[in-house]
Amino acid sequence: MKLIDCPYIGARPQSEFVYGHEVREMPKPSEATDKEWADYVFSRASAPGVKKEWWHHVPSGIWFVFERDTLTDKFIRLVDIAEVQYEL
Amino acid sequence: MPHSLLKYAFKDPEELGDPKYFGEPGELNSNYDVVIIGGGGHGLACAYYLARDHGITNVAVLEQGYIGGGNTGRNTTIVRSNYLTPEGVAFYDESLKLYLDLSDDLDINLMYSTRGHFTLAHSDSAMRTSRWRAETNKHLGIESEVVDRQFIQNEVPYLDLDCGGTHPIMGALYHAPGAVARHDAVAWGYGRGAAQRGVEIHQKTQVTEIKTDADGTKVLGVETNRGFVGAGKVISMVAGSSPRITAMVGLDTPIEIFPLQACVTEPVKPFMDTIIVSGSLHCYVSQSSRGEMVMGASADPQELHSTRSSFDFVEGLTDQMMDMFPFVGGLNLMRQWAGMCDMTPDFAPIMGKTPIDNFYLDGGWGTWGFKATPVSGKTMAYTVANDKVHDLIKPFSLDRFDTYKLVGEKGAASVGH
Repeated sequence: MKLIDCPYIGARPQSEFVYGHEVREMPKPSEATDKEWADYVFSRASAPGVKKEWWHHVPSGIWFVFERDTLTDKFIRLVDIAEVQYEL
Repeated sequence: MPHSLLKYAFKDPEELGDPKYFGEPGELNSNYDVVIIGGGGHGLACAYYLARDHGITNVAVLEQGYIGGGNTGRNTTIVRSNYLTPEGVAFYDESLKLYLDLSDDLDINLMYSTRGHFTLAHSDSAMRTSRWRAETNKHLGIESEVVDRQFIQNEVPYLDLDCGGTHPIMGALYHAPGAVARHDAVAWGYGRGAAQRGVEIHQKTQVTEIKTDADGTKVLGVETNRGFVGAGKVISMVAGSSPRITAMVGLDTPIEIFPLQACVTEPVKPFMDTIIVSGSLHCYVSQSSRGEMVMGASADPQELHSTRSSFDFVEGLTDQMMDMFPFVGGLNLMRQWAGMCDMTPDFAPIMGKTPIDNFYLDGGWGTWGFKATPVSGKTMAYTVANDKVHDLIKPFSLDRFDTYKLVGEKGAASVGH
């Protein structure tokens, strides 16, 4: 069983988490062109690399952002939520 | 007889049996009319149809590993056409028809074996989905029907219809033309057919860069670990490596990579001549012609560009498998492996032209690539030869995502309904 090490809740089995995909910034709906919006909805920069991703720990109900290498499946660090915040 | 047998044993292996399928093409030329990236089933099929149907033989297939070492050799070899959308059904049914006489066409035994394909329903909602799929399929001319428990019992006597009491089977969607085939032979057959017509198949040749003109709108050739190759047209047919290739031309697509794992047991006597799928239990199984049980599950939950396999997968899958076939608890697992699935949001492939001139994409094959091998090769060859998208693959164009014209293929494998 693969464990995800988290400073807040300790090392927990990965099966307790739900994958929430990469953290992406939403363009302003009122300002985005149709093309930009379609890109946001569907397109992904999905080449392998280190990515910031949402992971939901179901038993505690907490959403975390982890940095993970999508080539090796190594969890690198827990990301401070302030790093990924942006103005809506 | 013993004397001739001894003589045979001491012969040079090169002189025995069939000649090599692909030969050694030697050095890369400086230029080809068409460069196909990816020597899997799709790439080789495309090369074969380019040469056979369109007379284009100045073609190189570049494979980073070896033939049949990617997803072509990693799928669970199922061929069927009971999809849910008119676009999907037309496309996969054409593929199934091509498969039927492909052994003759390629002069190789693909061991194509029509088995009958059951999608088990363990709940009212699954029964409703089965009826929906059966009616849609019938309307589109596909042999597909809902069957009851008794029918399943007769066809699959070793199946525990109550699944240990926890998920009793209520009925199933039955697709009689569902089949299995020997996947390596599909790639080898297409490869040999293409090579005989003059196509060069270069294994261990990895594309590291794609060269475009100054403003990035037209492809000129590819950089490889064996040097630069100029190309009139470049086709990416690399399934699980698609994002790495599209990144080379600065193209974002909706493709995301998730590993799909599978495994086989030790061989046992033939006891099951059908293909069994359970959406609710997230697993599918057939018995290979060697007697192994070939088993798969749903794709891993998170993006990953790796073919690693996991214990979690075996634990989860075997638990479900024992609900259906309790006696498999006594069997040993022989091998487990994973393939990288290039999933799309609507579970349909992305095929045809791209915004970059002379760069064609054949990807988004997710969990439905093997069954589409012949039709994908044929329609992509047509598209590239005529620079005109084949009618069958028009609904699968990359720009459908800009216009929100998604295909919504809910009949795909390993997809929850």
